[in-house]
Amino acid sequence: MMAVIDSARKADESRVRAVTGLRDRWANLPYGWRISVLFAFVIFLYALPGLEIPLIKTPDTDFTSVLFLCAVYVLVAVGLNVVIGLAGLLDLGYIGFYAVGAYTVAILGSPNSPVVIQYPWVVCVPIAIAVTMVSGVILGWPTLRLRGDYLAIVTLGFGEIIRVFALNSDITNGNRGITGVPVPSEGTWPEWMDWFPGITAGRPIFSVSNVIGFYWLALTLVFICMLGVRRLERSRVGRSWLAIREDEDAAEVMGVPTFKYKLWAFAIGAALGGLSGALFFSKQTFINAQGFDLFTSILWVAAVVIGGAGNQLGVALGAILLAYLPERFREFADYRLLIFGVALIVMTIFRPQGLLPSRRRKVELEDRAKEGAVGE
Amino acid sequence: MNFEFLGDNFMSLTVTGLTQGAIYALVALGYTLVYGVLRLINFAHSEVFMIGTFVTTIVWAGLGFGVGASAPGTFGVLGLIALAIVAAGAASGGTALIVERVAYRPLRKRNAPSLIFLISAIGASVALFELVGAITDRQPRGMPSLVQPKVQFTIFGADITNLQIGIILSALAMLAGLDIFINRTRLGRGVRAVAQNPDVAALMGVNKDRVIMLIFVLGGMMAGAASVLYDIKVGLTTYSVGFLIGIKAFTAAVLGGIGNLRGALLGGLLLGVVENYGAGVFGNEWMDVVAFVMLVVVLLFRPTGLLGESLGRARA
Repeated sequence: MMAVIDSARKADESRVRAVTGLRDRWANLPYGWRISVLFAFVIFLYALPGLEIPLIKTPDTDFTSVLFLCAVYVLVAVGLNVVIGLAGLLDLGYIGFYAVGAYTVAILGSPNSPVVIQYPWVVCVPIAIAVTMVSGVILGWPTLRLRGDYLAIVTLGFGEIIRVFALNSDITNGNRGITGVPVPSEGTWPEWMDWFPGITAGRPIFSVSNVIGFYWLALTLVFICMLGVRRLERSRVGRSWLAIREDEDAAEVMGVPTFKYKLWAFAIGAALGGLSGALFFSKQTFINAQGFDLFTSILWVAAVVIGGAGNQLGVALGAILLAYLPERFREFADYRLLIFGVALIVMTIFRPQGLLPSRRRKVELEDRAKEGAVGE
Repeated sequence: MNFEFLGDNFMSLTVTGLTQGAIYALVALGYTLVYGVLRLINFAHSEVFMIGTFVTTIVWAGLGFGVGASAPGTFGVLGLIALAIVAAGAASGGTALIVERVAYRPLRKRNAPSLIFLISAIGASVALFELVGAITDRQPRGMPSLVQPKVQFTIFGADITNLQIGIILSALAMLAGLDIFINRTRLGRGVRAVAQNPDVAALMGVNKDRVIMLIFVLGGMMAGAASVLYDIKVGLTTYSVGFLIGIKAFTAAVLGGIGNLRGALLGGLLLGVVENYGAGVFGNEWMDVVAFVMLVVVLLFRPTGLLGESLGRARA
């Protein structure tokens, strides 16, 4: 048994070395080359709904909807990555922020909500982001002084409180939910976009029946947020987060105001969660408390860690797998979560650093394994 | 807000809360034991409890007491319950042990950070409950009503039933037994030693792996016993039953001071009682909110829980 595990691990390590070699080669390419390849990849992603690629299409669901779901999950993962991957705070109730963002848009923008004002989407979303940020600070202020493990249960509690509140409060219409969540724009496709498969000129850009508009919007937001987080990661704030993740006490001693930066991580993560919730439920046009169970929240954490916490491409991959695989393999619906659970255990044993690890984190893990070997 | 209702039914809410809390406390022990020794949230513990609820029904059904069967005499019922506690305890303890071997030990050998343990635990939890869900077709399973709630006596207007007395007393007995085991026996001393300092304990000749196996089995057995009490109280179980109980029990453990056995008891009972008061005042649907808000408030003022954390210094 151990021999099998060891040989599997060895094979995996040689594969990792190959991938790392690829990474270095990529980094050594001329700047122009890298930009063109990235540009081509981005174009490919935008064109994906119109391409006829065999095998990747989902048989039972509209492929563009699945792509949209993937994009939203990537946005969630990017936000959760700030909290878990960069600052190292365990947030099990992230779906609470997602719900706050979604409900803010629904309540302020829908004609059927208990609140009479009816703002357009572009006004609702910034408000939603602000509200989720504030909710992140409200949750973080008392709890971020706690140690990591306590934070897990408190955030879990927060997620559950938001769900119960959504289910029973008057302002959320209770379990009946709110219909008519506003769409980003009432505009229609112009004549010159007619060539793209699936787009008919004169039809609304954002509709439930044709989600290409939503997908492109989500994809654009994903790129903007990823770039933004990347800039943050390499700034003073990002360095502080890494220091806090690796050793909070040492960071504090070195003069990093840990509480302040942890609060920032929470607030920024919350804002991204709120944005993705707002986006997803604009497409659904209907919202009720059903969509916010804690289990989904826990699966998100799993996706982030499996993908490779700390590395944006890694967490994006984890999120895409989480969104895409269940839709692609509907025929295994009864067993897919079972397989997922087993896969999680296997992954943590063979690749605790995730599928596409952050380099720094990988080194950290290897260090720990060495220390462990000394202690044994 | 309905404070009048709370005032009128204060005692009966208290007793219902204590009954619920006793079950929380028994499950919380599993979290506390593992956390006290390994500093690890055993997320899969809720499924260990869930397995127990099913094994109980299977054992009873196997003996001819399926849904709707009439209860045998008092001694028959006691015998059935004792048998179920043994069987569910063994099954839950075994499950906990398997989880430890499969999901945690390989990680422990490599000194993985706690986040990785958590993911592995989530994986084990998902796998277990999906497995049981697939086996049971995701249908709830009923069981015979072995104990008819009968009012034994009345305190301050609250009717106390035999069921409530039985659940609270058996939970207290098991907690006391575990407390004595940890504090007074040789094996218990080993557990406390590993909790204090694993490396030094190993140098002193304590078998660390055996102690870790022991605490998983002990925690699992307590969850198994809790699952029997739960079955008797609720009379229905499904594959997803563990999730909420698990969260509540973990809350209870944190509330009392995770890693502290008596803290788990205090936290469990307190959580049960307070959430029942909360349900009385704000309505049933706000029960969970009251529970979590209490947790946050307590942690604000006592960041390590009511009794403080530490299995190693449990006697002090």
